[in-house]
Amino acid sequence: MFDILGPITVGPSSSHTAGAIRIGLACRIILGEEVKKARVIFYGSFADTYRGHGTDKAVIGGLLGFNTDNVKVRESLQLAQFRGMEYVIDTAEEPRYHPNTVRIEAQGATRSINLRGISVGGGAMRLVELNGFAIDAACLYDTLIVFHKDTPGTLAGIAQTLSGSGYNIGNLRLSRDKREGDVITIIETDVPVDGETVAALRQVGSVAGVVSIPKF
Amino acid sequence: MNIPSIDYLLDESAKNNQPIWQIVLREEQADSGMSIEQLRERVEHTYSVMRDAATGGISSELKSVSGLTGGDAARYYKYFKNHKNLLGSLSARAMAYALGTSEYNAAMGVIVAAPTAGAAGVLPGVLLAAQEEYGFTDREAVNALITATGIGAVIATRATISGAQGGCQAEVGSGCAMAAAALCDVMGGTARQSAHAAAIALKNSLGLACDPVAGLVEVPCIKRNGMYACMAIAAADLALAGVESFVPPDEVIDAMYQIGCNLPSCIRETAEGGLAITPTGLRAKRRLF
Repeated sequence: MFDILGPITVGPSSSHTAGAIRIGLACRIILGEEVKKARVIFYGSFADTYRGHGTDKAVIGGLLGFNTDNVKVRESLQLAQFRGMEYVIDTAEEPRYHPNTVRIEAQGATRSINLRGISVGGGAMRLVELNGFAIDAACLYDTLIVFHKDTPGTLAGIAQTLSGSGYNIGNLRLSRDKREGDVITIIETDVPVDGETVAALRQVGSVAGVVSIPKF
Repeated sequence: MNIPSIDYLLDESAKNNQPIWQIVLREEQADSGMSIEQLRERVEHTYSVMRDAATGGISSELKSVSGLTGGDAARYYKYFKNHKNLLGSLSARAMAYALGTSEYNAAMGVIVAAPTAGAAGVLPGVLLAAQEEYGFTDREAVNALITATGIGAVIATRATISGAQGGCQAEVGSGCAMAAAALCDVMGGTARQSAHAAAIALKNSLGLACDPVAGLVEVPCIKRNGMYACMAIAAADLALAGVESFVPPDEVIDAMYQIGCNLPSCIRETAEGGLAITPTGLRAKRRLF
């Protein structure tokens, strides 16, 4: 309902501003710490019109932790400097990508990630690539991103931990680079998963990390 | 929330003897797990954001981020307050609020996408103006917004609300249909009348190109929000008089989608056709980028 009557967002464009803020915010949440350095690369229509739509302010605002309804997005470029976050805005061409695509290389004090997101209209977005893995997360539900190894029993352990705490898995998608390599699993749940269960998930088999993204 | 058809809303409404907004609330409650009260509170908050945006837009001469537009909402509102106008009080007020919201949007103000930021002015323009003219309560306004959301949800499910996919008919056309249904509902229309108000509004938006100058949500978007606020009022008035759309609402929505699929990509938000490539449009783009 609030995707039709909403989102509540700074203007001027639901696709070029609101969706871009959400991709930036998702990036900040996945990184799990303050962004120290960011390279933002716009493709397609984002590259052509980002200045007029404030798409640069939108992504940087999201990286600073602002949601769509936060007026501070308007001053995000100055705020980034004030907070000591370095950033560069680039444009590039890649005809295979969705017209509203942004790639963010974000670096924190201890970690760095490479995320590609697309803004699909009305403020909705999808995360389509994370650290080189093809993923698909729209963040319309509470979402867990689990980093683990491609080993027998890990997925069963994840599912068991969730069901043990009473959570229903709405959707689950797996993406691996090669047999017995690294895996990113995206899990959507009907309600937010509590911190204790997230901590328990981190103890499962080959799990290397868990990120919980509240639904937008 | 997936509502398959307007017919579904009307059938459920008739079966349960409930207005459309109650059916929509029931569906959303099941889908989101939120309580009816929580949902209503969130819509109330949404309405207050709409009011702030419209008021913010008419009260000062805002310039858009690009510098391309701004000041027309304040200009028209001043004219409306001080002169006899041609539209009449309700439509003139709706025009001012719709323009105001859209200018506020272009200035990176906080707005409610309804259903998109590009079409953010129509629904609040109509509803806020009607509330001032007819004095209904905020609670009734919230019901009307929920009715509008039901219509928008069907359009999003059966067709599209994205200008890149369906042209402006999918954005402002959808906003106009939602506003017509909302106004009809709050003025005492039946569920069927609200549905036909939406159908008449959408029918008269069919084929609208999305050809924004420099690719920005400004020209022609801002004035179009004002113009289609007036169109929504006209559609609601026809429906309240008992006039029905010859083609039923769901078929109109399907027609909108089919037309959207057939629109060339140069008039689907790419800024490669129409107004965007007029000499003036191209000059504006060169000046900006």
